[in-house]
Amino acid sequence: MTHHEPLTKADPPVAAPPVAPVTSKPRHNGFTGFIRSFLRIRSGVAGLGILVVFALLALCAPLFISHNDLDVIKVDGPSLHSPTDGYPLGTDQEGRSILLLVIWGARSSLSIGLMATVLTVVLGSAVGLIAGHYGGWIGKALMHLTDWFIALPGLPLAISLSAVIGQGTASITIAIAITSWSSTARLVRAQTLAVEAKPFIERARALGAGGPQVMLRHVLPNVTPLILVSSTLTVASAILSEATLTFLGLGDPTGISWGAMLNSALSGGAVTSGAWWYLYPPGIAILIVVLGFTLTGRAVETILNPRSVKTR
Amino acid sequence: MADTIDVIGAVAAKPAGAPEGGRPKGSGFARYLVTKLVAAAISFLVTLVIGFVLFSLMPADPVQSITRGRPTSDAQMARLRHQLGLDQSVPERFFHFVTDTLTGHLGTSWEFQQPVSSLIGDRLWPTLLLMGTATVISVLLGLWLGVRSGWRHGSWLDRIVTGASLTLWSVPTFWLGMILLITFSVGIGPFPGFLPAGGMSDPAITGGLDHVVDVAKHLVLPCLTMVLVVFAQYVSVMRSSIIDELGSPYLLTARAKGLRDDDVRRRHAVPNALLPSVTMIFMHLGTVLGGAITVETVYSWPGLGQLSYQALKVPDLPLLQGTFIVFSASVILMNLLADVVYRFLDPRVRAQ
Repeated sequence: MTHHEPLTKADPPVAAPPVAPVTSKPRHNGFTGFIRSFLRIRSGVAGLGILVVFALLALCAPLFISHNDLDVIKVDGPSLHSPTDGYPLGTDQEGRSILLLVIWGARSSLSIGLMATVLTVVLGSAVGLIAGHYGGWIGKALMHLTDWFIALPGLPLAISLSAVIGQGTASITIAIAITSWSSTARLVRAQTLAVEAKPFIERARALGAGGPQVMLRHVLPNVTPLILVSSTLTVASAILSEATLTFLGLGDPTGISWGAMLNSALSGGAVTSGAWWYLYPPGIAILIVVLGFTLTGRAVETILNPRSVKTR
Repeated sequence: MADTIDVIGAVAAKPAGAPEGGRPKGSGFARYLVTKLVAAAISFLVTLVIGFVLFSLMPADPVQSITRGRPTSDAQMARLRHQLGLDQSVPERFFHFVTDTLTGHLGTSWEFQQPVSSLIGDRLWPTLLLMGTATVISVLLGLWLGVRSGWRHGSWLDRIVTGASLTLWSVPTFWLGMILLITFSVGIGPFPGFLPAGGMSDPAITGGLDHVVDVAKHLVLPCLTMVLVVFAQYVSVMRSSIIDELGSPYLLTARAKGLRDDDVRRRHAVPNALLPSVTMIFMHLGTVLGGAITVETVYSWPGLGQLSYQALKVPDLPLLQGTFIVFSASVILMNLLADVVYRFLDPRVRAQ
């Protein structure tokens, strides 16, 4: 796989000279140092701010939105009306307030995005750790598997999977995880190889540590920061995938999500009748949340991996 | 730069003894090509296994879905099962599936009652037209902007370009399509739309040139959507590979020779920085085809993407399986091309 070589340049320690890093100064001293460095990156703080606002809105939504506001049968607003009194962002075909729908939609987008990310990261890290730790045929087989999954087209695979499993939240969560674990696996494997080349692993082995103990007690803690960074960026793409899959009609058919809103806007003729107030809010919400995760992830990446600063 | 490369080339070639070695030229490449072809074939086989598991083993009972709602006797069900080959063992079914796929028999669509392969054949060209145009434009635009912003990173142009690419990456493709559609085709408020709303051509307009112009008009918005979403990724790849080259000593040499800044960039930095970008673009091309699904759905563009969406709505499993195989095959083909192109572009890889 020659073409991957220029892309995996970011694994610095592999080629690093075997000088023990013990004497080198730590990049940040602990948690407070990390927070201080994070606060210095303005875009990261903005990203985190966005996420906090959306998370609060999503969590508190049941306090000020009742099911009657979202039930097609019980609402009494005008149909597909531009913003007016009481409906600051207008209404949809059924007469529901777009503002309330967008706020409620945050719940499904964030929860599916986070769940899919947890699945992706757990699956990817497990494969990456095992592939990196056990060389030989296990490692090779797992790496080939990862390469095949990286080469598979994500969206067609995801829609095929959810079509076969059936509509629903669980099915799109699984589809997202299955289509995105491979890049985490590749990243974790590279990092595992780098960590295992260090002297302290040899020392642990000499003291009699077995495979699982080396992996979980020594390698995993050293790989965790990287996993965290990559998972922040994974959430961003998982939310985009969630929006795409629900837009294609694969989510929970009765649920409210940003993608599903845009789907009903397209199929319900909101585009042809020029109902711009129906189109902008869900899309802008997706954009802002994805941007929030990306900015936060990049800021954390900058702190943990100074080499990436210049390419940022 | 030519002489620096020559010197390095000569030094590197001497110990290997390649020029005098008498090895027939190109045999190394042939072996390389064969290895890559075998790898691609294995990848395709794996895709077929995944497709088989996904569409033949996982669904509960295709016969149930086909006869859904219709009164069917057990004998009829059994006959249908036999017709579909469901009464055979799994290895047998897989063998038939592979031979059928390789000979272009992808089954019959439940929705359209037509062979899947002919449906795909009809829809392939519109997708290639859309994706081809969008790719050429976004590659040119992306590489150009990437070089510009990477060369002077930190400048105002760089900040605008990076900000715009980051934002565009965060935008869902289908939403951008809908916004462009409502803005330029339907029109907002006092501004009327002036571009056609959907489809690929107006059936009322026939005849050579008029038809071409009509298709071109229909192409503008879907193409613009694809370009806006895709070019940002090319910008960031090209930008970071230019930045990686910035500190290289050969650029200092070029400057010391008295070359103008523009020449240093164009003749020295760009050719080297292009390598990772080109492979990245090829690898990306295959996935772009998958991105066509949402854009074609929004604009009712009669291509493979819209076909997958129609298959998904039913869901029409044979058709979905056919499009899945075509999309995967295109990714594998593009990765193969990436390997081959890389070999031609990078003398270091050629020498190995």
